[in-house]
Amino acid sequence: MDRLSNVLTVFSLGLILLVLSSVRRAHIRVEYSVSWLGAAIVLLILSRWQGALGWLSTTIGIHDVPLALLLTVFAVFLFVFYRFSVVVSNLKDANIALTQRVAILEFHLRSQNESTQA
Amino acid sequence: MTSYGPLLIIVPAYNEEGNVGHVVREIGEVMGDVPVLVLDDCSADATAAVARAAGARVLPMPSHLGLGGCVQAGYRLAFELGFEYVIRLDGDGQHDPHDIPQLYQALRESGCQMVIGSRFADGEGFQASGVRSLGIKFFRAILRPILGRPVKDPTSGYVGVNREALALFSKSFPLEYPEIEALVVLQRRAFRFVEVPCRMRKRRSGRSTITPLRSLYYIIHVLLGVFVNILKFERHRWRR
Repeated sequence: MDRLSNVLTVFSLGLILLVLSSVRRAHIRVEYSVSWLGAAIVLLILSRWQGALGWLSTTIGIHDVPLALLLTVFAVFLFVFYRFSVVVSNLKDANIALTQRVAILEFHLRSQNESTQA
Repeated sequence: MTSYGPLLIIVPAYNEEGNVGHVVREIGEVMGDVPVLVLDDCSADATAAVARAAGARVLPMPSHLGLGGCVQAGYRLAFELGFEYVIRLDGDGQHDPHDIPQLYQALRESGCQMVIGSRFADGEGFQASGVRSLGIKFFRAILRPILGRPVKDPTSGYVGVNREALALFSKSFPLEYPEIEALVVLQRRAFRFVEVPCRMRKRRSGRSTITPLRSLYYIIHVLLGVFVNILKFERHRWRR
């Protein structure tokens, strides 16, 4: 369990550093880094605070603490992926609306040019 | 374009340089000077150039949107330009333009917001392949209780809409596989549709992108879309 906790601690710290450096280089926008940072901090707390992990495993009814930890990791990342699916869907809708608008504006411009030339 | 009258014919096309010119010329032979707008979904080939050479106007998408997004762009433009009726037929040449007058007549005289060119309205005239035929039968059965009436060809892409449906679809239109979901969207707003018989031909050139695996994905995707549309409407009704 200690080894698993240590691995998770290193992983969480690595994730926090990676996200912060990506935000600094403008590879990720601040609003989208919040989910990743939140997930990394939750995992960091669970990996270092055995009491919290013990309480969590009792609450969800899994008495094997490492298994409870892995399930929590899975649930946290599932939530992050869900959040990004929502973001991607919104972006796709906005992208389609913009593409349609650009196509229509190009059509109007072309029509205008043709009528000017005629 | 509005000076031509109340009807616009839209032809969504993606990599159809071998078919679209013939489709546009055939529409011209049948419908005279009715404007034809080819919706080029960012084709990699010369679809747009061929369509223009054949006498159509072209609405070129800057990136590939898929059928629903492309058709909705056509509906939006038609609505903005003030057209009363829009008839859509596919750019692969499988829809016979000689059926357009029947669709147009039904659109003007039936009072329905949408007219479907049905391959099965005169019995089982058209023979679809195994998985597609199964899919069509499945959706007929699913849609009957939802629409409150039978629909023989729910997957037909040969449709006409009036300005009421145009106003609705230019705001809200299913984006990936639009035909079946569009029927549910119409029904949820108490709009009506009617089916008129039409012929389906083999494509002149190129290959269909529909494979058995895609047909299966289509069924699952559309089924989900239908139920999401029902839930959306029910939520609005409860909120009111």
